[in-house]
Amino acid sequence: MAQDSGTRTLISQAQFRRGRGRMIYWTLLAVVVVGFTLVFIGPLYWMVTGALKSGQEIAQTPPSLFPKDPQPQNYVDAWTNLNLAKLLFNTFYYATGAVLFQLVLDTAAAYSLSKLRPVFGNVILGLMLATLMIPAMVLIVPQYVTVIDLPILHLNLLDSPFAIWLPLVANAFNIFLLKRFFDSIPEDLMAAALMDGATPLRTLWSIVLPMSRPILGVVSIFAVTAVWKDFLWPKLVMPSPETRTVSVGIYAFSGGTPMNVVIAASVIAAIPTVIIFLIFQRNIMSGLTTGSLKG
Amino acid sequence: MAITTVPGTTRRPGRPAPYPPGPRRAGLGRKVRDNLTGHAFLIGAVLCFVVFSWYPMVRGVVMSFQRTRRGETTWVGWDNYARIIDDPSFWTAWKNTFYFTLLALVLGYAVPFFVAILLNEFRHAKGYLRILVYLPVMLPPASALFLFKFYAYDPSEAGLFNAILTALHLPTSEWMQSPGMTMPAMVLASTWMNMGSAVLIYLAALQNIPGELYEAAELDGAGVWRRIVNVTVPQTRLILALLAMLQIVATMQLFIEPLILANGAGTGDSATSVAYLIYQHGFFQNDLNGAAALGVIMLVVLAGFSAVYVRLTAKQD
Repeated sequence: MAQDSGTRTLISQAQFRRGRGRMIYWTLLAVVVVGFTLVFIGPLYWMVTGALKSGQEIAQTPPSLFPKDPQPQNYVDAWTNLNLAKLLFNTFYYATGAVLFQLVLDTAAAYSLSKLRPVFGNVILGLMLATLMIPAMVLIVPQYVTVIDLPILHLNLLDSPFAIWLPLVANAFNIFLLKRFFDSIPEDLMAAALMDGATPLRTLWSIVLPMSRPILGVVSIFAVTAVWKDFLWPKLVMPSPETRTVSVGIYAFSGGTPMNVVIAASVIAAIPTVIIFLIFQRNIMSGLTTGSLKG
Repeated sequence: MAITTVPGTTRRPGRPAPYPPGPRRAGLGRKVRDNLTGHAFLIGAVLCFVVFSWYPMVRGVVMSFQRTRRGETTWVGWDNYARIIDDPSFWTAWKNTFYFTLLALVLGYAVPFFVAILLNEFRHAKGYLRILVYLPVMLPPASALFLFKFYAYDPSEAGLFNAILTALHLPTSEWMQSPGMTMPAMVLASTWMNMGSAVLIYLAALQNIPGELYEAAELDGAGVWRRIVNVTVPQTRLILALLAMLQIVATMQLFIEPLILANGAGTGDSATSVAYLIYQHGFFQNDLNGAAALGVIMLVVLAGFSAVYVRLTAKQD
């Protein structure tokens, strides 16, 4: 990703160094840095500080830039009235399970498709990739009907975390990402392991997985953020107040709760993903671009 | 990692040598066993695909021709489709959805491309700007939309956007309360939330453009704009086409924006989307079969777009 300064882009290095070019460059850079900060951080600032204002202050014209009389009580109210601790715990629990299920089942599948290559492997891969073409909204109704009465087993998965975990395993994008990474592991290594008498499982565990840490990290982060950001599916399959995710919980309360408290709750709900992003931003960005570019 | 591949060093007795590569010299039993192992590794994920993806796909189509009442399911032919199309909201929802898709293409498609071109020119603050652009993508959409709903699109002058407009001596807007502004306001919120991924993908694509092309164009006297049109765009056209396709598919499924910003239908049905209609029919009007039919219609429309996309990209190569 990192670009060495020698790489030529749209405008040449020489043009940047010349007097007028240099001035334009620095002016433009300053404008963009200030502008982007306002556009992308500004609303977040407004959100965090707005939730600190009293109901009166939020309705005043023109709005104040800083809360005059900060009301941390809004955040306390959000935490207690919406039972955010429980909602956050639920979401965290679903996210953790989703990571585990995806890591185990999708990694195994990608490993098989990449290295073991059983008969019909390519057909299965093709059918998996075809699901990328099917919009989620089209499947929502039949998926829901399937989840409330699982075929053959006749189980109802409503309010069960499996209703979130298992459908997420059917993620062709992850399998594709993992398979592409495994494809780049040299066959020689696999052959050597086989010769040493390693079973496929042993090879996966001791050779492939240790080499695949970056991609496993990317898949895990995507799994966590997918659960954290998802709305409609958890709203449908987790109808009880005790099993809701944080986004759905805030939405459910948004009607009868003062708006500053709703915003305070929204801020709290966003903190985990923002922290994950700031810690893992490098992995997230590289995963995003490798996954979509080098198909 | 130092691994020697000298054949036969630590081979255990009883195991046929799988190496050197070439035509596999394994027997039939061995082949069956290898395949079984391969499928054993696949089975978990495949079962999830069967139950939660492939089967629902078929079932959705089947359901759209059935009607379930008091536990009894009967075949009704095209009745569900007729009922869905007769619904006065049907055409409004399609009109709104297409309008949103079009506006989102204008704003949400061109803007990230130019932002990426701009960011790619900078030699400073690149990391910071990238983080900024991607930050909203990481917010839960519900959180971000409540921010827009309560603070940004507040129709009084206490709202963030109206305060800015007032400060600039521009006329204020009623935002979600005004049917004409509903869609643009939703596109604005949606673009703010989602453009980060497109910018990063374009940035990666821009970095693959060989510098000599720009060099040559410049020598031929091409200005900055000409260089963008004649070098940057052709060099990234596959990514441009792919993202256009992905964006159309994503925006046609418009759902959470109307649900949160406009409480579903919005002022004078100005926000109703097809996806919202599916949700309404399926989960509020107790008409899962009608919702399935609407889903199939949506699938057909999107398949039409995909066909156009395949046509266009195939021609270019």
